Amino acid sequence: MLELLIVVSLGYVALLFLVAFLADRAAARGRAAWLRSPIVYTLSLSIYCTAWTFYGAVGYAARSGLEYVTIYIGPTLVLVGWWWGLRKLVRVGRAQRVTSVADLISSRFGKSTLLAVLVTLMAVIGTTPYIALQLQSVTLSFATFAGSGAEAVPPLAESHTIALWVAVGLALFTILFGTRNLDANERHNGVVMAIALEAVVKLFALLAVGVFVVWGLGGGWGATLARIEESGLNRWEVPGGRWAALIFLSAAAFLSLPRMFQVLVVENEDEGHLRLASWMFPAYLMLMSLFVLPIAVVGLDLLPEGANPDLFVLTVPLAEGRTGLAMLSFLGGFSSATSMVIVAAIALSTMVSNHIVVPIWLRLAHGGAVMSGDVRHIVLLSRRASIGAVLLLGYLYFRVSGGGAALAAIGLVSFAGVAQFLPAMLGGLFWRGASRRGALAGLLIGFALWGWTMFLPSFGAGAILSQGTLEQGPWGIGWLRPQALFGIEGLDPLVHAVLWSMSLNTLAFVLVSLMSFPSPVERLQGAQFVDVFDHSSRPQRWSGGAAQSEDLLVMAQRILGPAQAQALFQAEAGRQGLVGYLPEPSPDFLSALERELSGSVGAATAHAMVGQIVGGASVTVEDLMAVADETAQMMEYSSQLEAKSAELARTARQLREANEKMTQLSVQKDAFLSQISHELRTPMTSIRAFSEILRDTGDMTEAEKARMSSIVHDEAVRLTRLLDDLLDLSVLEHGQVSMNLGQARLSAVLDHAVMAAGETGLSLIRDRDGEGLVLETDLDRLAQVFINLITNAGKYCDAEEPELRITARMLGDEIIIDFIDNGSGIPSTKHVLIFEKFSRLRDREAGGAGLGLAICREIMERLGGSVTYLPGQGGAAFRVRLPRKVALAAQ
Amino acid sequence: MGKHVLLIEDEPNIIEAISFILSRDGWRVDTHSNGQTALAALRDKSPDMVILDVMLPGMSGYDILRGIRDDPATAELPVLMLTARGQIKDREMAERIGADKFMTKPFSNAEMLETVRAMVAG
Repeated sequence: MLELLIVVSLGYVALLFLVAFLADRAAARGRAAWLRSPIVYTLSLSIYCTAWTFYGAVGYAARSGLEYVTIYIGPTLVLVGWWWGLRKLVRVGRAQRVTSVADLISSRFGKSTLLAVLVTLMAVIGTTPYIALQLQSVTLSFATFAGSGAEAVPPLAESHTIALWVAVGLALFTILFGTRNLDANERHNGVVMAIALEAVVKLFALLAVGVFVVWGLGGGWGATLARIEESGLNRWEVPGGRWAALIFLSAAAFLSLPRMFQVLVVENEDEGHLRLASWMFPAYLMLMSLFVLPIAVVGLDLLPEGANPDLFVLTVPLAEGRTGLAMLSFLGGFSSATSMVIVAAIALSTMVSNHIVVPIWLRLAHGGAVMSGDVRHIVLLSRRASIGAVLLLGYLYFRVSGGGAALAAIGLVSFAGVAQFLPAMLGGLFWRGASRRGALAGLLIGFALWGWTMFLPSFGAGAILSQGTLEQGPWGIGWLRPQALFGIEGLDPLVHAVLWSMSLNTLAFVLVSLMSFPSPVERLQGAQFVDVFDHSSRPQRWSGGAAQSEDLLVMAQRILGPAQAQALFQAEAGRQGLVGYLPEPSPDFLSALERELSGSVGAATAHAMVGQIVGGASVTVEDLMAVADETAQMMEYSSQLEAKSAELARTARQLREANEKMTQLSVQKDAFLSQISHELRTPMTSIRAFSEILRDTGDMTEAEKARMSSIVHDEAVRLTRLLDDLLDLSVLEHGQVSMNLGQARLSAVLDHAVMAAGETGLSLIRDRDGEGLVLETDLDRLAQVFINLITNAGKYCDAEEPELRITARMLGDEIIIDFIDNGSGIPSTKHVLIFEKFSRLRDREAGGAGLGLAICREIMERLGGSVTYLPGQGGAAFRVRLPRKVALAAQ
Repeated sequence: MGKHVLLIEDEPNIIEAISFILSRDGWRVDTHSNGQTALAALRDKSPDMVILDVMLPGMSGYDILRGIRDDPATAELPVLMLTARGQIKDREMAERIGADKFMTKPFSNAEMLETVRAMVAG
């Protein structure tokens, strides 16, 4: 029995791994559309229903009747009644690339690191008990199953072992699928898919148990309703205050729980998904709550006095000998627990890593963002470590608290804790006047009160707060009693705690906001958040004059990864009408870049990193003017002016570039004839001179004759080659070229090119995995391009030990092959010019007529791709792109 | 002892060809192939005449010719300019700066010999 349970659980876990793996792979191949349907989004919201809901709701109903419904009413009200508010939250989250609650609050209030750290710590404190609760529920249900008794109390050591393994397994899963990559949007397809599956499993399990209880045990709806009537559990006694507090708490928690924020905002793919979720998720909750009361009533009837009602979902089928059903129920509970822990761990680790670990590392690492090593690596590592730490904390809490407290109680404590984020969150979204100091004050006061009136007492009298403190207040100060602050007695402890913490939190937030003056950045961010629907482009904050695009590219590559960073820079350069990878660092671009980076490292850190390069001029004169002037119109007007002048500057740069190029081209065209003349006449001179010598000189040794003949021969060959190149180029440029299509692996084409390039003195670093692609194109022409790039690197790479790295990969519809050497590269003024005819980097030294790259460019154009210079790679770097159309996937 | 000629040219095969032709005619031929140090070499070797290529690494033949004419010691030295870019403006340029003769590559060996002989004799 126990073995079977273990086998089933492991099988289920394996299934989850498989689902997550397949979903991740499908997403990586760009076939993720169906993965991201509104239904999956809605199902992922169901992590709201944790083990607490799965097991605890029945227990809750058995103890307190209908009160459990409040936990479902809160989110329902939010989704149905406050749809527009949610949409705003999601819009802001997406527009600002928010990665967590902490990031949202910090970003809104001037990208404050202090706020981010505070919220992160609060979230960790508030969530740890909740994770412990999930571990507890899994162990408890496991032990119950194993003991097959309603009241089996597992040996302590054994339950610790189970909890430890569960924690380790979850950490592994989360690290594997939660930190695969540093997605700019922080989206985790695999995890979300697995969670959606778990949502279905837990709903199905609970419904199955419910159906069994009603029709198998209770004798149908009618009879079951009668039993409920009899039990009196459905009594509609609503203590208004407590109900209101509970509904409020669950609504607040739905918005501000780190894991809910993760699925609701961060993982959201499309605002439109909210539309389906707004009725489907309440329907899901309704189904989840449908059979709670029947199970509670039948359980109370059926099982002996004193049986733990928190486990009825499991123990009722067990008592009836329905092992299969009990197994399903166990999996349902298991699903509820694991999905919550996984998402909570991802959400918390993102916060801990972005707001605590990475900033500290950045501060410690000498030289800052540009000089330091691979930030991505550090961020991923710190995130993985954070996941481990979060789960370890949960496990330790479980060990220390020893379980025991009723499931629902821990849940509510946690809800009330994270609900403290709400005033700052909502205030930030809807009130321009909200300030950083206000948010800080509100959060600190709310959290302190929550800790004092709810969190600490939740450990029980004598655990942390002594009995005396609880009854008489600390040091006998009566009005500080944790459950009767300011002498207000007789309130329900929950209502008391929520009332005081939330009202003083809000009050402090509002009052301090009113009294303090928001900083310029705060004010700008405030306008961005509050008026997110009005202007989707943000006002400028960076003055880009001093920024170096290449430095920015180097930094962005380290954080976003080369492919994404290059795509971003290239797209922006294209938008500005420039060629290549280095756009003008316009304020708009810097803001967009910062937003992109903040998806990986959080708003505060991204701001600091861009600031390091741009030179810290984060607040411009316009910003200060905007502060002096209350109206947003003024700001917008000035930003329009700014945009116009930036536009003019850009046009001017384009004109200047065009003019420069024209001048250069005309000089080159002029030089072209004289170049051809020179290139042709030089070998001809030798040929004529030596052939005349051979003809006219009688007394020469055979050796002399042979030498001179071979010079004549070599020069004739050189001449032929030059003519071939010229003809080749001329045909490519003007004539009809028939493409000779063929299929081969990229590696074979490269091998051929390397052979043909001969001895270059380069040590080649190849990328055998990437080269596995099969491509269909004109293979000889492509090889010609490769040979040229390799021999060029051989000629021009000036490193002590010259090295050429060739990498290949697919990017969307294209194959990308990079040739990067370790020399000193090519100055940016020549990036475009080198592809022109007869342009050589250094005069004549390296031989060759200077036609190679011009030919390469023409060939790649013919093949539907391109060859361009790739800046910011250290050495000289050329990128060859080929369209995917001619590329077939390797078998 | 024949006359002394300095050949300033960077293409090895052309150097060899001209040296061969002139040596057989009894000339003492010195060669130099770097534009930048050409003037120093010229002062060092003090030849009877100079054959100067236009396209040289480091410094163009025109600049070297200017240097030769600016230095009183070599202002009168016969200079034969060689170029592979046979455009009229190149010839005009050479004559303006003060080249005594101007030849376009490729040349016939006989023409080369005649020209050189005539320049030193005259």
